[in-house]
Amino acid sequence: MSKYLVSAIQNIGHRVIEGIWRLGVGTRFFLLVLLKSGTSLRRFNLVIRELYFTGVLSLIIIVVSGLFVGMVLGLQGYETLQKYGSESAVGTLVALSLVRELGPVVAALLFASRAGSAITAEIGLMKATEQLAAMGLMAVDPVARIVAPRFWSGVISMPLLAAIFSVMGVFGGYLVTVVFIGVDQGTYWSQMQSAVDFHFDILNGFIKSCFFGVAITAIAVFEGYDAPPTAEGVSRATTRTVVTSSLVILGLDFILTAFMFRGVS
Amino acid sequence: MQRTTLDLWVGIFVIVGIGALMMLSLKVGNLNINSSTQSYVLTGHFENIGGLKVRAPVKSAGVVVGRVTNIQFNTQTYDAVVTMAMDSSFSFPKDTFASILTSGLLGEQYIGLSAGGDEVMLKDGDNIMKTNSAMVLEELIGRFLFNKASE
Repeated sequence: MSKYLVSAIQNIGHRVIEGIWRLGVGTRFFLLVLLKSGTSLRRFNLVIRELYFTGVLSLIIIVVSGLFVGMVLGLQGYETLQKYGSESAVGTLVALSLVRELGPVVAALLFASRAGSAITAEIGLMKATEQLAAMGLMAVDPVARIVAPRFWSGVISMPLLAAIFSVMGVFGGYLVTVVFIGVDQGTYWSQMQSAVDFHFDILNGFIKSCFFGVAITAIAVFEGYDAPPTAEGVSRATTRTVVTSSLVILGLDFILTAFMFRGVS
Repeated sequence: MQRTTLDLWVGIFVIVGIGALMMLSLKVGNLNINSSTQSYVLTGHFENIGGLKVRAPVKSAGVVVGRVTNIQFNTQTYDAVVTMAMDSSFSFPKDTFASILTSGLLGEQYIGLSAGGDEVMLKDGDNIMKTNSAMVLEELIGRFLFNKASE
């Protein structure tokens, strides 16, 4: 009996140590990427190529889901607000919830599953087929040549995608409430403009999406680089990227929100 | 894929993204290009500010002329000290009347300024002498009942 108890406790201890070890390795790898990103910033073409894959190809999913999220927000917000006769506040509701929370967070979740998983799979497969090792033999540093450009492309494209998401959401809300339902368009925009503050709402949302971009791509490149060089290992790494970065996004969002919006209105 | 097509698409993406940011700031956030306009500070002592909050607008004749930047409690006089940053393109006479009003029945509270007739204008750091407190529903009902009872 006591043997099972000891082994269960050992199991917990093993998992904790493993987790902390991975965190440490991941942080060191992140610092290594930052240290070696000089090449990719000097040869910016590498980053532009990756921007096409992470940014441009994510546009469709971001635009479509932003539009629908905004439309649903407008519809639900209108249904609730009209009970209190304040359907003119629907613009404020849509814009504030998009700019502060939904824009950065939902765009980051989509980005993690669309671009983050692709980055992990690509780097993991390169490792499995020993392309990274071959690069190392040719005295080309794979971290500087492969990993850093992907990292920076994610960091650049994430805030832009979040902004596009928010704009599409505001447009979707406009479409539903003003065009379909018939809220006055003057009140829609003016209520929104008087409630949304540039520094307080838009800048903070932008800062959030920058944090998310760094977190997602750092996790994605680390998981890819760290993946066991087998088919199963790559598939597990891809899954881990999506799960870990989604959890990190939500946790980070809470922390950032607590710092940014605490105690003010 | 061709280098040039790649560059083109990335260029379009970046322009659209920055355009979205600009639209958010200008259309949704209503950021004025010349938002760094000069402002001057006025204070006002109110007996009761009701639900007034920092960043609430200061309006005169319905036009936003400033914002509330700070609300503090004065322990000497036991009233609220409201600090307002006023757009320096608008100046008000010395005997301007400041009152806390509500927009709509359930709307937010703001400070309404009604200009007086004095020749001297309010300067930076001045105190608005004439103030009117926020309307508190309980007090209003109480006064109404009191009046009814005395009839």
